[in-house]
Amino acid sequence: MQLSGWGRFPRVDTRLSSPRDERALAALIAEGPLIARGMGRAYGDSALAAHTVDMGRFNKMIGFDAASGQLVAEAGVTLGEVIAAFLPRGWFLSVTPGTQFVSLGGAIAADVHGKNHHSEGSFGTFVDWIDLMGGDGQVQRCSREENADLFHWTLGGMGLTGVILRAAIRLKPVESAYIRQRTIAAPDLDAALEAFEATYSATYSMAWIDCAATGAKLGHSIVMTGEHATRAELTPARRFHPYRTPAHGNLRVPFDFPGFALNPTSVRLFNEVYYRSNARKPELSTSAYGPFFYPLDSIRDWNRIYGRKGFMQFQCVVPLEAHAEGLRAILQAITRSGAGSFLAVLKRMGPQDSRLSFPMAGYTLALDFPMHQRSLDLLPELDRITLDHGGRFYLAKDSRMSAQTLRETDPRWAEFTTMRRDSGLAGRFASAQSERLGL
Amino acid sequence: MSASVLILGARSDIARACAHRYAREGYHVRLAARDPDSLEAEATDIALRYNVQATVHGFDALESESFAGFVDALPELPDVVLSAVGYMGEQEESQSDPQAAAEVIRSNFEGPALILGLLAERFESRGHGVIIGISSVAGDRGRASNYVYGAAKAGFTAFLSGLRNRFSRSDLQVITVKPGFVATRMTEGMDLNPRLTAQPEAVAQAIWRAQARRRNVIYVKPVWGLVMAIICHLPEFAFKRTRF
Repeated sequence: MQLSGWGRFPRVDTRLSSPRDERALAALIAEGPLIARGMGRAYGDSALAAHTVDMGRFNKMIGFDAASGQLVAEAGVTLGEVIAAFLPRGWFLSVTPGTQFVSLGGAIAADVHGKNHHSEGSFGTFVDWIDLMGGDGQVQRCSREENADLFHWTLGGMGLTGVILRAAIRLKPVESAYIRQRTIAAPDLDAALEAFEATYSATYSMAWIDCAATGAKLGHSIVMTGEHATRAELTPARRFHPYRTPAHGNLRVPFDFPGFALNPTSVRLFNEVYYRSNARKPELSTSAYGPFFYPLDSIRDWNRIYGRKGFMQFQCVVPLEAHAEGLRAILQAITRSGAGSFLAVLKRMGPQDSRLSFPMAGYTLALDFPMHQRSLDLLPELDRITLDHGGRFYLAKDSRMSAQTLRETDPRWAEFTTMRRDSGLAGRFASAQSERLGL
Repeated sequence: MSASVLILGARSDIARACAHRYAREGYHVRLAARDPDSLEAEATDIALRYNVQATVHGFDALESESFAGFVDALPELPDVVLSAVGYMGEQEESQSDPQAAAEVIRSNFEGPALILGLLAERFESRGHGVIIGISSVAGDRGRASNYVYGAAKAGFTAFLSGLRNRFSRSDLQVITVKPGFVATRMTEGMDLNPRLTAQPEAVAQAIWRAQARRRNVIYVKPVWGLVMAIICHLPEFAFKRTRF
């Protein structure tokens, strides 16, 4: 059958297996190289291979310690399920990406980050241990104390060190399901960067950035910061049920939009309207966790707006010092090309010391581009600008980078490749992405 | 105190989906099957997800003499009982081997009917209760490809219909579920028409809704009502020549 990631490009012919237990999984591993797949929310080909293993049946919660907030669960459990189960009891994810429809295994394999990266770190920071099935079908417990090497290779290792079966993660106690949100309209890129630095002490921060704006308006953005609302900060009515939120919309995109629906004009129009409507909002507001963390989750199958051909994500991080110049160069290249990214997100990242994970102290920019020749011409240019400014790329978003670009931007993967070869992992775990990038 | 649901044959995919559905509504869940240890992980998962009690209990549908003791040993007399007990067997084996046929008939008819009958008595003396039996469209008309299984399900359907008739003036509710094709372990690898095939979660949702709306007999996918109406109304001289 044909399978793709969230960006619906590329599509790969695959044999899709859905093992019910560890014994069945071990038998599949013995047959030859495969890659584990959770919710399929990586945009490109990270969870695609000639043989793809759906981990959806490894979906049980195993234990919870209310003293430490430690949850043990199987890899196929989704972050949304964790929230549904534990938010009513006063616990939230320590780190969450922009969708709750990702699996625990996928979140670890990509070492995802969220709006609190600068203040609290990546998802891996809150992983206590991982049970990993290796190429021989044996299960090893990996943590910072036990099999530490394997543990650190697995955080951000894109599923290439084995199949993640279970993990222990720490949840954070919260007093409510609401976020105190601050909205800052930034007329240009410098103002946006200033706003990020001025709000560095906020727990959560991110910005929606208008890639269609040019000239003096280049990089005009809506910066949002947030703190978990305490019970006292809620209205009296909400204080009664602090963990209950109104139903988050549940729209669905019922069909693939035609390819011309997203064009430079409609993108510019949408972004202008979005900027103006947000710039008018009050600076301080209270938002339920859903719209704050997962604005797009309320529109199921939103990837269909890009039409049948799908789309590509580009996400880079540019280190501090070079960031202002790097971001400006990227935005200018985009406006010059007329490609226009419909959704663009800018975020300040904090320092991170890890083997393979994407984040570093600096600014990350995430962009969507429809699958189009214009985009394919533009993206290598953006790669080049990122490289020139000392940045690197997020593999969970990538679908088309060259092996050479990865080698030049991120030498850490060379050591990983050697490790995989020497330990025999290379012959057991491989994705379309790992083959393209020579990992 | 929260209500509780007893799920018989709890290892099946439909049963598991139903356990989650009821737990989501705050029901304590009693999972019963032949090998209860294999259900421990499921029970832990349900208890963690929904903050309810979930316990496992040994139950063998072929050992009817143990039924009374089984019910007495439950933490409470449940508010709802759902039987997902079933065993399809192989039609060819059932045709040629009376022992194999007996196992199919006992698993799909005798066992489920007797345990639900026993619980019905207890529910009646308490004054309320919901009895849900998962039967099958195969019981609506016997076909060459699975008539031993179908006949047993037909018996079960008739038994549920009788219970419903008996309790129509009391506060007991009896629901017959005819799921049609369902994507489960039992049907894995079969070539089923996707338009006629439901996911286990959809079956659970249909059952929950049937209870809330006090329905009597449900098909999960409405199209099955039409399909079975046609099949049941074919004159026998024509039906006997069909092959499906």
